[in-house]
Amino acid sequence: MTSKTPLFAEHQRLGARIVPFGGWDMPLHYGSQIEEHHAVRRAAGLFDVSHMRPVDIEGPQAEAFLRHLLANDVAKLKTQGKALYSCLLDERGGVIDDLIVYRLGAERYRAVVNAATADKDIVWMQAQAGAFAVSLARRDDLAMLAVQGPQARALAAPRLPVAARAAVADLAPFSAVEDGAWLVARTGYTGEDGLEIMLPGDEAVALWQALVAAGARPCGLGARDTLRLEAGMNLYGQDMDETTTPLESGLGWTVAWEPATRAFVGREALAAQREDPARRRFVGLLLTGPGVLRAHQSLYRGGTPAGEVTSGGFSPTLGRSIGLARIAPEPAGGAEVADWTVEIRGRQVPVRLVRPPFVRHGRACIEP
Amino acid sequence: MSNLPEELRYTKSHEWVKDNGDGTLTVGITDHAQDALGDLVYVELPEVGRQVGAGEACAVVESVKAASDIYSPLAGEVIEANPGLAEAPETVNQAPYGEGWLFKLRADAAALGALLDADGYAKTLEEDA
Repeated sequence: MTSKTPLFAEHQRLGARIVPFGGWDMPLHYGSQIEEHHAVRRAAGLFDVSHMRPVDIEGPQAEAFLRHLLANDVAKLKTQGKALYSCLLDERGGVIDDLIVYRLGAERYRAVVNAATADKDIVWMQAQAGAFAVSLARRDDLAMLAVQGPQARALAAPRLPVAARAAVADLAPFSAVEDGAWLVARTGYTGEDGLEIMLPGDEAVALWQALVAAGARPCGLGARDTLRLEAGMNLYGQDMDETTTPLESGLGWTVAWEPATRAFVGREALAAQREDPARRRFVGLLLTGPGVLRAHQSLYRGGTPAGEVTSGGFSPTLGRSIGLARIAPEPAGGAEVADWTVEIRGRQVPVRLVRPPFVRHGRACIEP
Repeated sequence: MSNLPEELRYTKSHEWVKDNGDGTLTVGITDHAQDALGDLVYVELPEVGRQVGAGEACAVVESVKAASDIYSPLAGEVIEANPGLAEAPETVNQAPYGEGWLFKLRADAAALGALLDADGYAKTLEEDA
């Protein structure tokens, strides 16, 4: 049985193609995924991301608990409203989920986790919470909209509650403002400026309609995937999961090693892997031959199997196929071999290793 | 309801065939197929001169979602592949029965009788729905 967001009837009314995703019936696109993608890069797009699950963490030891639970360090969040991206790890350093955590007060935080993993995340968090004076509360009463693109903030501001309206013009990236039951954050999953807005589920339709009327184009999960791929952002369950660590997933930058005294879950396993020369690398790919990169295609370095595509697709902005991949380290003492290929339908097709992101703020970040 | 020209023949795997009346046939994918696939981003067509069997996978269309095989509706020789699709695969979405054709075959048009007519194809779509 799949769940429906408060906006389901809106999606149907707009002619969306609905697909199951993480236990939810979600819009894939409303006609043309590529046009939706371009709308976000050039103007403003609107996404229903109400499948994402907010979890509130409150109590005198909320900070201490999160510093134990997460690989990134919430002590970096010095002011109210600041946000942080982190992995949630198990003891082996495997990624249980990735999330954004917002500091809402001295003893109050909100984590937003993925739909498909929410239940196991909360079981894990509860188990880890044991000795800490904290309480966890699912916020299944909230819906979440993302309005993304160069025009998104200006377009959305007049449709927000008064206090948030004044704040969003000056809101710093990765910061949020709370206004009653609303949380308006300058975050996203597209590589563009924009907002993610959590609000009571019964107010979601009115905001959605107001944003559409103001010119934000409804966008589905299809465009969300190509936008995040161009932005070089990982997708949980595809680019990383419990069998991989952040260090093998291009997410080493999210692991806060300092202070060395902070004993977060998974630290020992990551510290050992950090020194391991056999640790796999995570790279971006640009397909230089014909075809389209897809997840699970095999990669070859000089004709020898050396990795796998984790995410692949067509980049509407570049007009080329791009991907993310996990590859074996260079052989010890060997020079980097330049000729990488990917196997597509039994053929070896040339591919170039690049450093993500591919596109940010509407512009290509790699040489074509 | 998707658009199904009466003069064409169809396959259960969502190809259409047009009898050009000169011993050649034109092959494409149906409006239903392009709609289900979503925006096309890459098309791989058979080489001219290739002999294909009926039901043989001989082309690939890739959409934003996935890659799909295209099967030759009849046995024959490939005599032309649509040259416009390399640069503009979205033509298949825009005009699946026109400029978005995929390839042409030299084949025995008598075999067309074994394929579905528009009504027959419409019924298979209803059964799949």
